Amino acid sequence: MFIQQLSIFLENNPGTLRAMTELLGKGGIDLLALSIADTQSFGIVRTIVTSSQIDKALALLRENGYIAKVNHVICAAVPDRPLGLSELLAVIEQSKLSVEYMYSFLRAAEPGTARMILRLDDGKKAEEVFEHSGIVMLGQEEVDQM
Amino acid sequence: MSDRVHLIYNPERECMSRDELHAWQSARLRETVRREYDNVPMYRARMDEKGVKPEDIRSVDDLRYLPFMEKTDLRDYYPFDLLASPQSEIVRIQGSSGTTGKPIVAGYTRNDIDVWSEMMARTLTAAGCTRDDKVQVAYGLGLFTGGFGAYQGADRIGAMVVPMSSGNTQRQIMMMKDLGVTMLCCTPSYATYLGETIREMGLVPGRDLKLKAGCFGAEPWTEAMRQHLEELLGIDACDIYGLTEIAGPGVAFDCLEKHGMHINEDHVIAEIINPATGEPLPYGEKGELVFTTITKTGMPMLRYRTHDICSLTDKPCECGRTFARMSRITGRTDDMLIIRGVNVFPSQIESVLIKTQGVAPHYMLVVDRVNNSDTLEVQVELTEEMFSDTVGHIENVRRYISEQIKSVVGISAKVTLNAPKSMPRSEGKAKRVIDNRKI
Repeated sequence: MFIQQLSIFLENNPGTLRAMTELLGKGGIDLLALSIADTQSFGIVRTIVTSSQIDKALALLRENGYIAKVNHVICAAVPDRPLGLSELLAVIEQSKLSVEYMYSFLRAAEPGTARMILRLDDGKKAEEVFEHSGIVMLGQEEVDQM
Repeated sequence: MSDRVHLIYNPERECMSRDELHAWQSARLRETVRREYDNVPMYRARMDEKGVKPEDIRSVDDLRYLPFMEKTDLRDYYPFDLLASPQSEIVRIQGSSGTTGKPIVAGYTRNDIDVWSEMMARTLTAAGCTRDDKVQVAYGLGLFTGGFGAYQGADRIGAMVVPMSSGNTQRQIMMMKDLGVTMLCCTPSYATYLGETIREMGLVPGRDLKLKAGCFGAEPWTEAMRQHLEELLGIDACDIYGLTEIAGPGVAFDCLEKHGMHINEDHVIAEIINPATGEPLPYGEKGELVFTTITKTGMPMLRYRTHDICSLTDKPCECGRTFARMSRITGRTDDMLIIRGVNVFPSQIESVLIKTQGVAPHYMLVVDRVNNSDTLEVQVELTEEMFSDTVGHIENVRRYISEQIKSVVGISAKVTLNAPKSMPRSEGKAKRVIDNRKI
């Protein structure tokens, strides 16, 4: 079970992140989750929006000269208590998968659960492992209803 | 009047009268034109096209009738089609970067190595070198002419040569100190770096080191840098000019008056031309420097356009030499950059980008000088094809471009990725270079 993620390239200059989020905000796009990968020379912004808004967001970005792409990531429910995350990571490690990046939703989940967005080196295998280990994954419909 | 002691390696030649020199040059020019016409089909065709025969060139005054040669000729007739001697007579190849991916190479006969060694022996002698000196060569020893040129000149004088080649600063300083090195040959920026490292190590020139002079070339520098280097190292800092196409370093050199570089005019004829029209300009006027070799046999060059801008003077010099002097190079007529002593053309970078998937062929080169070392930043535009949600993937493409630039141009560059359409688009002639160096 995968959800759609929007990735955007930004130059590592003052104001670029503000300008990009402002563009999406004025377009009425609601950002449900966001992370930034930064290097010395550039940054990649990854964000989750509802499936009803993703095409509009992509078009808006491209019209304004941004490079943006849609790809698929896993959204897993993690118990909101100490060791909740490390137990999930232990499953990943035991399956010899590795995490390329990970971040969490901005919006609070139902009490007791945190929601993590994960990009693993082998997504297909991760899906199988998660299902087998009883880790709850959220689908696009659930994200859309957030 | 200067109270300096001027050493002259070959006074008979270096101090000959201008009239004698005119006759000497004219005789050798006639021989060289004949050799070139008979042995290099490309140049013969070029002369025929202009309707010039070898017998039309009777003296230096007829030079203006000869067609020019260009750096692109070394690319188009690479590697051996400009040789005027059989390959069996060639004893050495030296090279430098070309305008695109391929380097340019020059072939030297035994005679040419002798000529070049003599020019460098004069250069070092003018800076005060004798057989009692110890000369550290910190130019790269390889295809680049700097290292071998300095080595040969010092060897010709009979000095003690310390062939360190470039890099490994700590070891350079250790040898300099332990051997009591008196003369240093390297790029001016590396000399500054060495000097600053020497100071940081707590060594005091004059007490811990015996350096007295240095011959610094292969990149443009200023009078302010000269003063800085002289104070830093407690030496006379002399400028050298040269280019692989003509011989290598030593084509022209500073005497201790440091008031213009003497051109080895018994081996090369220098002209200044108007770069737009090709018309020769009189002494004193600024224009493009053009060289004709008159003693080389391997790859003679006739009216080779250097694209360097300077002026010439034949006014007598305090040192006693009669050879004309050239001013510092004040600019270029093309877009060539000299970065860490390496010739870099924006077109070389462009050729790398065009061959790389996922980047647009729009770019900007930013050159700067940080801690006395030149830096090159290549800003390129990212495309959607190259973009990914993971940093590793984008970094791989960046690293690939960096490696390609290193292999084609020969120097490391920092590649930075920019947003699409952020680079200037070609509107006639796009500005592709920002040079922030204060030189």
